[in-house]
Parts: sequence; C-alpha cells; structure tokens
Amino acid sequence: MIETDILIIGAGPTGLFTVFEAGLLKLKCHLIDALPQSGGQCTEIYPKKPIYDIPGFPEVLAGDLVKNLMRQIEPFQPGFTLGERADTIEKLDDGSFIVTTEKGTKHHAPIVAIAGGLGSFEPRKPPITNLSNFEDKGVEYIIRDPELYRDKNVVISGGGDSALDWSIFLTDVAKSVTLIHRRNEFRGALDSVEKVQELKNLGKIELITPAEVVGLVGTNKLEEVVIKRGAEVFNRECDHFIPLFGLSPKLGPIADWGLEIEKNAIKVDNSLDYQTNIPGIYAIGDVNTYPGKLKLILCGFHEATLMCQSAYQRIFPDKRYVMKYTTVGGVEGFDGSKKEAPKAIVKSID
Amino acid sequence: MKDIKITIIDRQGVKHQVDAPTDMNMNIMELVRSYELAPEGTIGICGGMAMCASCQCYVQSNHELPEMSYDEDLMLAEAFHVKDNSRLSCQIFIKEELNDLQIELAPEV
Repeated sequence: MIETDILIIGAGPTGLFTVFEAGLLKLKCHLIDALPQSGGQCTEIYPKKPIYDIPGFPEVLAGDLVKNLMRQIEPFQPGFTLGERADTIEKLDDGSFIVTTEKGTKHHAPIVAIAGGLGSFEPRKPPITNLSNFEDKGVEYIIRDPELYRDKNVVISGGGDSALDWSIFLTDVAKSVTLIHRRNEFRGALDSVEKVQELKNLGKIELITPAEVVGLVGTNKLEEVVIKRGAEVFNRECDHFIPLFGLSPKLGPIADWGLEIEKNAIKVDNSLDYQTNIPGIYAIGDVNTYPGKLKLILCGFHEATLMCQSAYQRIFPDKRYVMKYTTVGGVEGFDGSKKEAPKAIVKSID
Repeated sequence: MKDIKITIIDRQGVKHQVDAPTDMNMNIMELVRSYELAPEGTIGICGGMAMCASCQCYVQSNHELPEMSYDEDLMLAEAFHVKDNSRLSCQIFIKEELNDLQIELAPEV
C-alpha cells in the first residue's frame, strides 16, 4: 500500500504544481496517471506547441513547461504510479481513502485531489464492426510487451509517430511487419518517416497505402485482416492487428465515484476550496466545473494552491497556519535541500 | 462587423441556425461549444490545434472554404468516419463570406 498525504490523480501541469504547493505545507504527494509519463496533454498531445499565457513566460513550449514543473517539484520527492488508471475509490471510517488502479496498485491518503484533465487517455478504436470480438485475441491497442509479437505476422495501422515507431521497432522482433495508412504521407517525425522508407526499401516493412483495414476474420482468434485500397479489397493473413490512432481522453471510472458531474466535469465549490460533494476529495484544473470556469493551465495552478491550504486544514484541523511567501521562507525540500534568498551583505564605509 | 448565420446539425441530427460573430477570431468548433451543441469533453479536446479530430464536421453547403493545412489534412487521414466533405471545424474561421454555411457534426469517437 502506498501511503501519502495528498493523492493526486492526473500528472498534468495542475497535478504537478499541486506537489509544489503541498510541499510548502510539508505535505507529501503521490501521483497516479494512466499515461506512462508525466505532463498530461502537454506531453501527450502538444509537447512542441508554444503556450503564451503562462504568467512570466512570454512563450514556453508545453513540453518545456512540464520539464520545468518536474524540476520545481523535485525537492518534494513526489511518488508516481504511471501507466495505471485510477479505477476505484473506497472511503474508510476515519475519512481517508484507498484508491486502486486497474492493475491493483493501492494508495492510501487522507486527501484525494483529482487533477484528471479531460480524463484518462484511452486508445481511439477504428470503427470496424467486429473489432471488440478480437480484443486480446490478436487485436491490441497498446504495445505492452513487444515479445508478444516475436516471430509473428503483425499488421499496424495509423499514420502518426506511434504507428511509425512501433513498425520500426517490431521489424527486429516480428516475422513480418505490414504498415497500413490511408495516405501516402505520414504525420510522424521526419526521421521516423525516413527510417520506415529505408526499411521498406530493404523489404523489412511492407507498406500498404493509401489503404485501410475494414474487417477482421478469424474463428477463435485473429487470422486475417480485410484491407481496402481504392476499389480493391483483399485479405492478408496475420497474427496481430495493432491499430495506433492515438489516444483520446475519457472521464472513465471517476464518473462512477459518486461525485456530482456536470458537462463531463466534476462540480466543485469554487467559492471556497474546489472540494467536491465528497469531503476530502477535491477536483482541480480542467476536470472541474463551476460558474465561470475556464480551462486554462494558469487557472489550474490557482485552484491547486487554494486546494492545498484547505487540505492542510482538513488534515490538521487544530493547527494554526498562515501562508508564507517563498521569498521569505524559501523552499525546504524533503530531500534536505534548501533554496532561499541570499542574505544581504552589509559592509560599512570607513 | 456584423454577425453571420451558420447552420449546425448536431450529432442527434437536430438542425440549429445560430448567429456567429465575425470579429472574434472564432472558429466553428468554438461556435458549437459556445452554443453547447455538443457535450463538453466530446469536441475540441486538443483545444483547436488540429491534433485530435474530435471536431470533425461534414460541410454541406457549397461555400469556398480556406484550403486545408498540412496538419488538418494529415489529422483527417487518421480520423474515423471521414467523408469527401470532412473538415476539422476548428480550422474553419468565421468570416463574412461564410454566411449561411451549413455543417453537420461527425459522430463522437
């Protein structure tokens, strides 16, 4: 069981900054995220896009913002459970919570802060009628263990970086790799596109474009994919079909936690502390809603700051505390580090 | 600058004619959200960067639209339910010449 003070669900910018604000209050944080890396949408969808409305940064790339946040929170030694989706929550008699991921990892904390953005990222599934019949019987949306594909015939579809990168990677593992895309052009990084071209020339990747997989055939498991290229329709034998069309956020299991939901978001008390209808569970950043809500990173930072003050009071109801400025108190990390303003040097003039 | 009229057919097939401002640098995806014609979280997920296709629409009127950018074209190449008249509504900005434009929202994926 992972124990922490504030369990943060979602490791996007708002979730990450919560670690900093909690750290100033000597509260320890642990973050859960369905993605295998921190940063949320900033990392997953638009790491190379500039953001212009972060106060103090006339321009910052989304990926760099995340890197900076990770640096900023480092002294507070946050824990991470990455690549796992928070699935269930249980409230104990003492008011604390146990949150369990779909892989069974358990986390215990007196405070839960949901900073889940638009939800956990789920694979986008192509509209092939019998697709679900073959899930885990030859159809996978995420490559967890490349060894599964050793000496197998693999068909990948998609035109972005993950389709290109996995096609490249699996040429060394699989018996055959076929990449299918609706266009001749690919959206991925230039060097990946060039590498696929090179592997195609060497006969290591078969490229079928412009085409798409329109059907799946098999009795107990996947045996063939049906490919449509223009007016031509043909079958191709394969052991695995991996559609890689990116990820799309869905609110997911959080919607069943008994929280008040409005417009696909969690209702919170914005006049006070961004607490939900369940005391001890807060919702901050894009995942919450209240009158006048704006889904902006800078608003998420503000919400995280207020939420942490409330969380402190909830954990220590009898303690008196006033907020301290970092310019005055500095930043004392849990790792023993201390950052503070340099002391003035006084020198007299004779 | 004056408002124009745009007709939006929502995902349930209901037709809405709405007023659209031409002076706010708004796009059709934002217009749909401002009139709440698709649930929040199901449209404009990437915010309007042509990076998610959640705002795909079918253009039903004969307006001459701005040419597709490379990003939009390649995003549509990975989208589902794509037709010849598919566009990403976040890439169609509201301008006077689009008066009486009619679009239908593509199914939610």
